Amino acid sequence: MQKINFLNGSIRFLTAAIMMSATVAKSDILINGAGATFPQPLYSRWFSDYRKVDKSIAINYQGVGSSGGIRQLLTGTVDFGASDEPMNAEEAAKAKSVIHHIPTAMGAVAVSYNLPGNPALKLTPDVVTDLFMGIITKWTDPRIGASNPGVKFPNLPVTIAYRSDGSGTTAIMTEYLSAVSATWKAKPGQGKSVKWPVGIGGKGNAGVAGMIKQNPGTLGYIELVYAASNNLPVAAIKNAAGQFVNPSIATVTSAAKAKIKEIIAADFKLSLVNSPGKDAYPVSSMTWLLVPESMAAAKSVPFSSFLKWAMGDAAQKTAESLHYAALPKEVRTAALERIGKIKFK
Amino acid sequence: MRSDRVFNLILRSLAVAIIAGFLGLTWFLWKSALPTLKVAGAGFVWSQAWDPVANEFGALPFLWGTVVSSLLALCFSAPVSIGAALFLTDIASKKIRSPIAFLIEMLAAIPSVVYGIWGIFVLAPFVREYIHPMLNGHLGFLPFFVGPPFGLGMLTAAMVLAVMITPTITSVCREVFRSVPDPLREAAIGLGATRWETIRLAVLKTSISGIFAAMVLGLGRALGETMAVTMVIGNRPEISLSLFKPAATMASVIANEYAEAQGDSHMSALAAIGLVLLLVSSIVNIAARWIIKRTESKTHV
Repeated sequence: MQKINFLNGSIRFLTAAIMMSATVAKSDILINGAGATFPQPLYSRWFSDYRKVDKSIAINYQGVGSSGGIRQLLTGTVDFGASDEPMNAEEAAKAKSVIHHIPTAMGAVAVSYNLPGNPALKLTPDVVTDLFMGIITKWTDPRIGASNPGVKFPNLPVTIAYRSDGSGTTAIMTEYLSAVSATWKAKPGQGKSVKWPVGIGGKGNAGVAGMIKQNPGTLGYIELVYAASNNLPVAAIKNAAGQFVNPSIATVTSAAKAKIKEIIAADFKLSLVNSPGKDAYPVSSMTWLLVPESMAAAKSVPFSSFLKWAMGDAAQKTAESLHYAALPKEVRTAALERIGKIKFK
Repeated sequence: MRSDRVFNLILRSLAVAIIAGFLGLTWFLWKSALPTLKVAGAGFVWSQAWDPVANEFGALPFLWGTVVSSLLALCFSAPVSIGAALFLTDIASKKIRSPIAFLIEMLAAIPSVVYGIWGIFVLAPFVREYIHPMLNGHLGFLPFFVGPPFGLGMLTAAMVLAVMITPTITSVCREVFRSVPDPLREAAIGLGATRWETIRLAVLKTSISGIFAAMVLGLGRALGETMAVTMVIGNRPEISLSLFKPAATMASVIANEYAEAQGDSHMSALAAIGLVLLLVSSIVNIAARWIIKRTESKTHV
């Protein structure tokens, strides 16, 4: 019976796939993009949802990584890019036309750990830094105990797990560490691949989460979306206002709300790391779609409509259902205005 | 015979296309690696630094990781593979020969990412809970067995690789043992040799260079293996004598960092790593060809 069901299911799936490819083939406009993997689940969902709004365009997206997306955008292989970090000066200098950064959603990087009984963990910025620096090597270190009164720590060595593959997650984590520690900023510094002072590298969020799960005493960083959907323990981190804050959609939103004026003034190209808000989670960030002014009119007109749709309530609600934080209303209003003002060639 | 000429031409151009493909690939790697090689020169191969943020690149930790993990894998795999091949050619009854040979060759059909998952979920906990306490507990004073019990690292990577190269070595060894003329075996038995003496004198002694060639082919496969190694080696570009410390290989760093490489110098350094890897694999393969050729000329005396 099950076999028949499976067969039936696969036939249906195939039919649907053929029909879909047929409709895509029939549609007049195909817009291709590539970039960050972090927002890929959201974008895939958005692009398929948007086909119900406007049947005449089909948007393809490949999650090749932020840097890969930017490279493809600069060489003109794709129509738009997507990145977890604003383009840097070196990249912007290579662009043939102005590339606009349109924020779409927000996320955070969570510090996850494995301790017997998994007690709630509170970490101050200097303790987080020294854990990743390899200066704090034991869980019984009094500096960890100082912000966690009442928690009995096991006599285990601290093992650090980091992402071995270049990733936006690493970029945001090291940006935070560079923001709170001058020592970290000098070395190892911030980037998508850095020379970690100590620890062991796992591939992808799943690789790091696997190391944490299997080894008591391990501490590492993973995307909040991944931690939330896999129910991993996450540490509260003391923010710029002196509060211990757990990573969540609400605290990421707070990080953005405390910086609304700055976000708009910076043309959205602003980091949310170490935001001053009272409930702001300090390792938060935005993710952007990269829209070049050189996009041809046939594509830019429907794509701007899509961008405007993405700033709407329905699209942002979809983002929240996938564990991303929605953009604050003020940022969306400003982004709508910005999209309207882009002068496509 | 016009059709013959056309056929000839088609085959010739196909052969040329393959050579052109290889040369094109080498040229592409060379061109992409040139900026790094211009800055660092041959020192790139001997430098231990790998810090993409500071733009410091050196291949030595990855070269070390690749060579050591592959050689270790060969040490684990060779005795098993040679034993299995001998069993198949000289001991097993005809009935079970082909099913066993088939199963061993099936190991080669398992995708490398599946080996990686097996490494993470089965082998790594086994290393952490049994092998590490045993070796570190009793022989922890040796530099080879120091380090914390991650379960992931050089030893686990070498063990996964060993399983992956076993089918290659076994099937080549089987061919080599089969090519030993039966009169040699019969002569040994006729002189009153036991089974072990027959195998030692008639089979192993005449096959030494063939066995060596099989091992070099296995080594070649281990050098380039990417996915499974990346998943279990711990990805830390450091040179350590310890089997329990994390390491990194040339293939793994390219797989890890290429997609998100920032800046031209990082990309170029990764291409240079690719060039070194190509060079190492080429040397190993050329050596294998050379040895096989020598074996062939010897067996056909």
